[in-house]
Amino acid sequence: MAEHWLKTPIGKNEILNLKVGDVVYITGTMITARDEAHVRMLEYFDEGRELPFRIEDVVIYHCGPIIVEDGGKYRTISAGPTTSARMNPLTPRVLEKVDRMVIVGKGGMNEDVVNALKGKGVYLAYTGGAGALAAQTVKTVRDVYWKDLGMPEAAWVFEVENFGPCIVGIDSRGNSLYKEVEKKVEENFRKILSQP
Amino acid sequence: MVSFEEVAETVVELFRKAETELPEDVIQALKNAYEQEDNEVARNTIGAILRNIEAARGLKVPMCQDTGLPIIFAEIGRDFSLDFNLRDAIIEGVRRATKEVPLRPNAVHPLTRENPGTNIGPHVPLITVDVVEGDTLKLTVMPKGAGSENVSALKMLLPSQVGNVERFIIEVVKNAGGKPCPPIIVGVGIGTTFDGAAKLAKKALLRNVTSMDEFERGLLEKINSLGIGPGGLGGKTTALAVLVETGYCHTASLPVAVNIQCWANRRASAVLR
Repeated sequence: MAEHWLKTPIGKNEILNLKVGDVVYITGTMITARDEAHVRMLEYFDEGRELPFRIEDVVIYHCGPIIVEDGGKYRTISAGPTTSARMNPLTPRVLEKVDRMVIVGKGGMNEDVVNALKGKGVYLAYTGGAGALAAQTVKTVRDVYWKDLGMPEAAWVFEVENFGPCIVGIDSRGNSLYKEVEKKVEENFRKILSQP
Repeated sequence: MVSFEEVAETVVELFRKAETELPEDVIQALKNAYEQEDNEVARNTIGAILRNIEAARGLKVPMCQDTGLPIIFAEIGRDFSLDFNLRDAIIEGVRRATKEVPLRPNAVHPLTRENPGTNIGPHVPLITVDVVEGDTLKLTVMPKGAGSENVSALKMLLPSQVGNVERFIIEVVKNAGGKPCPPIIVGVGIGTTFDGAAKLAKKALLRNVTSMDEFERGLLEKINSLGIGPGGLGGKTTALAVLVETGYCHTASLPVAVNIQCWANRRASAVLR
């Protein structure tokens, strides 16, 4: 499998080039967004307002970090990925509004998201729970939006260096590692049940 | 006599330990899984988990940003004397741990989703007190993350469905897929009541992961043959252990609860006298 060392803003061709199973490291800007931040993004869209950040130029990270404020500066303590499936009903509507998108999370996303990513985006898996490891790659917390949502739900702007290894879980051609695994798991489940 | 202050400080230290250092039995199980995986993605995922555990211990930071909802089990000896409100002392400990460890402020109002930022609220921290023999107070903390809690399930089976218990347990794990951060630990409670089964399932997760009996090992083997694998990306290791607690139930019922725990099976105990 190929290794990619990508810098934000990640170009559309680079995104379209990624295949499921490839390994990706990211350097540049990542913005954390989980349930509440997604809901707020959709509110902005519904009201016809511009988001305070450009989704296309950053990596959307499904993450609710632990941040401490030290002398007016923010520092990341632990920042692993959160369960992406919670964003399944919200992500396709965000994808409608953008030309390209890179998402990082854990646990995979559903068929609706796989379809919405076609021709414009990828979903990268980072090891679930690896919060201490991920925080090491966060060089600075540049900014924060929507702090009123609380620490886990706010949109934190990270500058990261060699964030990874991430595995391409869903690519822009409709391939999903999770879908393949799920199919095998269903077959194995039926086999287990038929055992005496 | 143990003081309010001692209990509060013990709770802080137990959270610090649980969040930053994984128990040795769980680390060993992860290392064994690493050796057994031949799938490259699965090996890489467990490798990252092991490096993360090292980093957390070395830097004294929480191994996962989801520091969980604070859960405390207290076992109080019947000859142990107390001249303050134990609940208040534990709550004070959680308040301090949230600032000092630090813990992520996870506790919110269930409907308004308002976050007080302290991990304190009605019925949170979740405290279970058992009265036991002896003259000591044993405190156990178990921070529980939501990724794994959200895919847990409880079912009231019929008494005639004893044969379906295994199916239900395996089905819950199958439906969870990669969402709860596998390799997981499966806590199962069979019997008692609706709420009692859930409590048994959670208490089962406090056991050493190597303490499995034949029934539990058999279930583990079946679960691992599902092929969900570390991170849900395929492989041999879907679960590290299956731990089952049983209790008597009403002749007309058969409650079964499955509490899924991620690889970060965090727990820490202290005995005060």
